[in-house]
Formats: sequence, C-alpha cells, structure tokens
Amino acid sequence: MELTGAHILMESLRQAGVTHMFGYAGATICPVMDVLREMPDIGYTLVRTEQNAGHMASGYARVTGKAGVCMVTSGPGATNLITGIATAYMDSIPLVAITGQVPSHLLGRDIFQEVDITGAVAPFSKHSYLIKDANDIPRVVKEAFHIATTGRPGPVLIDIPIDIQTQSVKAFHYPEQVNIRGYKPSVKGNELQIKRVVEALGKAKQPLICAGGGVWLAHAREELLELAERYSIPVVKTMMGISVIPTAHPLNLGMIGAHGNHCANQALAKADLLIMVGTRAADRAMVHPEDIERRMATIHIDVDPAEIGKNMTAAIPVVGDVKVILRQILERELTPPDSAAWLEKLRSYRKAELDRVFPQREGYVFPGTFLRKLGEKLADDATVCVDVGQNQLFACKYLPQKHGRLLTSGGLGTMGYALPAAIGTKTAQREKQTVVICGDGSFQMAMNELAAVKCENLDIKIVLFRNNVLGLVHQIQRSAPYHGPIGVALDGSPDFAAIAAAYGIPSTVVEDETQIDNAIDAMLTRKGSSLTIVNVHPDVTTND
Amino acid sequence: MKQTISVLVENRAGVLNRITGLFSRRAFNIESLAVGPTDDPTISRITIIVDNGNNMVEQVEKQLNKLIEVIKVRTLEEHHHISRELMILKVTANAKTRQDIVTICSIYGAKIADISPTSMTVEVSDTPDRLDTFQEMMRPFSILEVVRTGVIALQKGSGKI
Ligand SMILES: Cc1ncc(C[n+]2csc(CCOP(=O)(O)OP(=O)(O)O)c2C)c(N)n1
Repeated sequence: MELTGAHILMESLRQAGVTHMFGYAGATICPVMDVLREMPDIGYTLVRTEQNAGHMASGYARVTGKAGVCMVTSGPGATNLITGIATAYMDSIPLVAITGQVPSHLLGRDIFQEVDITGAVAPFSKHSYLIKDANDIPRVVKEAFHIATTGRPGPVLIDIPIDIQTQSVKAFHYPEQVNIRGYKPSVKGNELQIKRVVEALGKAKQPLICAGGGVWLAHAREELLELAERYSIPVVKTMMGISVIPTAHPLNLGMIGAHGNHCANQALAKADLLIMVGTRAADRAMVHPEDIERRMATIHIDVDPAEIGKNMTAAIPVVGDVKVILRQILERELTPPDSAAWLEKLRSYRKAELDRVFPQREGYVFPGTFLRKLGEKLADDATVCVDVGQNQLFACKYLPQKHGRLLTSGGLGTMGYALPAAIGTKTAQREKQTVVICGDGSFQMAMNELAAVKCENLDIKIVLFRNNVLGLVHQIQRSAPYHGPIGVALDGSPDFAAIAAAYGIPSTVVEDETQIDNAIDAMLTRKGSSLTIVNVHPDVTTND
Repeated sequence: MKQTISVLVENRAGVLNRITGLFSRRAFNIESLAVGPTDDPTISRITIIVDNGNNMVEQVEKQLNKLIEVIKVRTLEEHHHISRELMILKVTANAKTRQDIVTICSIYGAKIADISPTSMTVEVSDTPDRLDTFQEMMRPFSILEVVRTGVIALQKGSGKI
C-alpha cells in the first residue's frame, strides 16, 4: 500500500495515544478522513458546529488528562473552531487541533476556503504548525502532543494543506523523543525557595491556600489536600479550582472573588500568608491584588514563570510542576503553624455561609435552592459541566462539591460550553454520572449538539434554568451606571421540551420549589439523557 | 528606561511574526528591532530595544521565553554591551556645500557611498545617539531620505548568551 501524509498523520495520532476525535468534515480534510475509515480503534464524534469540537475535546481532556483532539476543514471550519481554541487557551486545557488547508502551492492567493488559521490563532494558542512536507508529520505530531500536555498545558494547532495529506512518503517512523531546544518547562521547584516556603509556613498564624485550575492540570489534588490537612490550612478556590476540595470538608471555604462565597473573601481579607497554587491571580478571583500584596506574605506556586509577577508580585515565587513542588514541601520537616484561633474564626464564617437562607418566590425556583439539593443527590464522583452567566455563578457558589468535577469556561466565559464539554467528558467516561447546568441563553448556543447526544447514545442530565433573559447581563443592566434592560429578553425562545422531544429526549418542568426533590430524583434514577427545565424569575440576581 | 533585549530564535518562517505579535498583543512598545542569522545557520538573533518600566521588561522576557521557537532571551546590562546601528542618509549637495558635508562625515567616520550632481549618499555605523547627532548635523543641508537598520548589540567581554 502506498503511504501518504494522511496515513502517517493518522498513524502518528494513534502512536500518540489518540482513541477519539471530535470533528467536522470538509473537502480539504478528506484525505485524512479517508484513512480514518480504516481505523476502527479511533472513535469519531461528528459535531454540529466546529466550535463545539473544541469544547468537546476540552471536556475530554479535562477528565482524561490526555490532550483532546479535534479536526476540521479549512476556511470556515477553521474559523468556527477559533472560539473553542481560545476557550481552551484561557483555561490551559491541552488540545491538539488539526485543520485541513488549501494546496500548499496556492497558499496566499485567497483561493476558495483559504484562511490563515495559524496566524489567526497565534494570540491564543500555545503553538501552531503549518506543515509543508509530509515527512515532517510524525515529528510535528509528537511535538504537538508534548507541547500541549507539558508545562502549562494549552491548545496546539496543526494546519495541513491537502497536497501534503496526499503526498507520498517512503517510510513511517514515529519519534520516541522530542527535543525542542526552546521548550524545556521547569519541573522541580528551587530548593532554596522551598526552604523559604517552609519557613513562612512555620511562622504563619493565619495561613490560607488558594487553589486554582493548575492543581487539576498537575493532578495534584491529593498533595494539596495532604498539605492542607497536615498543617490545618484552610482552602479557598478560584473558579477553575472549584472542585479540588469537597464542600463538606472542614477546611473548605469556597470560591473567592467578585462572585465568590462571602466566607472565602473574608478569609482572603484576613490571612497573613497566602499560598497560591496553580492560579494566576486573575481579575475575577483577586479583585485587588495590590491590597493582598501589601497586607500579607504570599507564596506563588505555578508552572508558568510568566504568571508569577504578572498580576501580583509574590514574596516567594516557586516555578515548576505543582504536584512535584507540593511533594517537595511535604517532604520537609515543618513546625505546624499555630492556626487554632484562625480556624475557629473561620468556622463561624463558614457556618454562616452554609446556613444561608435563600429567598423564595411563589411559582419560581431559586437556583441556589435547586443546586444545593442537586449536589446532595449527585453521585460522589459526578461530573458537572456548567455554562456561563448567573447559572455559572450560582453553581460555583452553591452546588455542593464531593469528589467529582465541576467544569466550566472560567477564563474566556464562553456561553455554550457546558453541553459540548459534557459530551466530551461522557465520551471518555461512560460510567460517570454527567450533568449539564445552563441558562436558556447558553443552551440555545449549543442545543444543536443534542444530535451528538442522541447519535452517540449518551446519558447526560441537562438542567436548564429558564428565566427568559440573558440573566447575568440583565442583572448588570439593571444596576448603575446603566438604565435598564435592552436586548436581553429571550423572546421567541422555543418550547425547550418540544426541542428535546424532537431529539427523543424526555423532559420535565420544575415550576416551583415543592417539585425540586421529585424532579431531581426522577432525573437521576431514569436511565438516559433528559432535560430538566427549572423556572427562574428573571429578576433574580446572584447577590440575592 | 530603554533596555536592550537579545533573543536567540529558530531561524524559521513565521518566528518574527510571533515575536512582533506578542509585543503588540501585550502592549509592549518596540523602539527598534533588528534580526539576522548567527554563526549557526539554524539560529537567528533578534535585538530588541524596548522603552518600558522595569517590571515590563521582566514580563517581556518571560513572555518571549514562552514562545516555543525562542531559544534564549537576555536583557543586556547597561554599559556592558556594544550596540551599533547603520544609517544610510541622502542629502542635497552641490559644489558649494559638498566640502562641508565631507568634513562632517569625516568627524563621524561616515563614508560617502554615492554621489550625484545634486546629492550625496553617506553611510555611517555608530551608536543610536551618535547617529541622531549626525542626522542633526546633516539637517541644514536638507536631508532627502534616511534609512536605519535598527540597533544590534552584543554583550562585552568573552561571555555569550
Ligand atoms: C459567547 C458569549 N456571548 C456573550 C457573552 C456575554 N454574557 C455573559 S453571561 C450572559 C447571559 C447568559 O444568559 P443565560 O445563558 O440565559 O444564563 P443566565 O445568566 O440567565 O443564567 C451573556 C450574554 C458570553 N459570556 N459569551
């Protein structure tokens, strides 16, 4: 058989451990698709718009720890994928995106469906390749997976002109090693800095850990909990780190930030030592980094040296793999910090937050009330994919976490992320209970993917908070300096139950709070996907 | 404060694009940029002058380092590097002014590269400051065109990056 670029691309992907791809076909990727036919061991999900191939690959990557792979055609296929790539970039999710391209000798002539996709994604991809010789394919694939998954993970794009896909090659050899002289991420933390960390910990009276998405990316949840528990250090989280520690854990204080839990922000305001682990101190989490810098000692542990000192200057920076660094700290002898008084104070803050009474409105459901009950009933290791808007802020604040995952688009805040992300996670782990939480705006950005749910026969429980408005924007517009809602009413929305039914998916409507228990029980016990529509009053705000 | 950053990169298509893209995206100002091959044909050296706060330079360095094709980045210590720029300048010249121009050129070590009945083209390589003053001296003769290469720099002594 004649070996072509397409063959060695697919064979390289297989060697890279790829077992599933999300994509959308088109003319310029057909040679590769033709080889995919011969590879029953590589699964393929046909999305309904390319952006969602990126989100599905993201969900898949976040639960497997492997790079998610998506593949689309040139031109509009590639540009549609851009939001998926940017979303992954902002949350440091490892993706390998493959795009077909027009013939290499015609590049730059603006021919049919040509677009400079490597140029377009440069600002929000970790790296990209435009392949000009099929013989480079194995090396490029090897490098792409290495770059996507190591150091600070992120999306890598490989653009392959169609003539390179059909170019014949003599032999296939997948390299065993990568050697990129400009790319050598640090792994181990500097011992001197570790020593300073340990000293600072010993001296602290009011230490606080802030855990970010980097803890997940480094698979360092256990180490983080060990550090917290061994030295009784309370933990706050950013949106990306939300499920790192269970809500019921006595050291958990919830999410910090403008939309966070009050007790978490109180702790952040009063700590004397802040240990930031795998977080970039972004604006949404740390509203006034200069205040924190001034008021307390800070330790910043991150794999990306550029994050240290970008948003906040840390007293003790430690660069390297979060898991390895936490191990290094745990290996040291350390006098436990005397934090008894601090913990006592936090206990009362925490209790106030957990005992918070939610408002009630006849004929409506308050999202927090629903989410608290949902969290109680979910499986211990459930995966919950959350969209963007009020539904996201409510879920991050009030959905009790156990030992599963809460996945959301934290950095870019991309509406329509939850459903495709859930399809990606479910594809990777069929046995896990998988739930989507979304608003009626975000659902309408992604509901075409119900086709993928149906076609792949996935079991995903979708909870839709229906308030008939773009809730979070509506909330913003109703407060100063604005003068009232405009362009946020979701008039003309379809009958969501009918939409679901059209895909063969059953649904229920939760009209008031008396129906919550039954609805959740029915949803979780019934096998197969379902849509649970929850009536929410449009005037509900995330501060209620 | 002006600072000189020396960057070794893979000598490949698209690399310069990534670097300049990074500067504009992160709102770092480039004062001058010069690029050329090194003794190793697979590596190019880019010399970048930035005029930013101290903090900025550290971020620039870190962000440059994140680019996969960037091999090494070093901010050169002030007063501890040699920096040069080449300028070619075309000035109006006639029988009356020619001699004056030649005199100034010899003070600055500038060479006459081309001459016509109404103009002279001179080349001079020096530090950017000296080029500025040379340009000032030429201004009264009426400058027709100027081109400068951007600054290139190497650290002093036997050290290398
Ligand atoms: C793709 C995209 N477009 C616009 C926005 C701006 N935005 C943020 S929240 C929001 C409203 C979301 O409405 P909905 O999905 O109904 O959720 P709710 O806030 O009502 O819970 C909008 C439009 C966004 N985040 N993403």
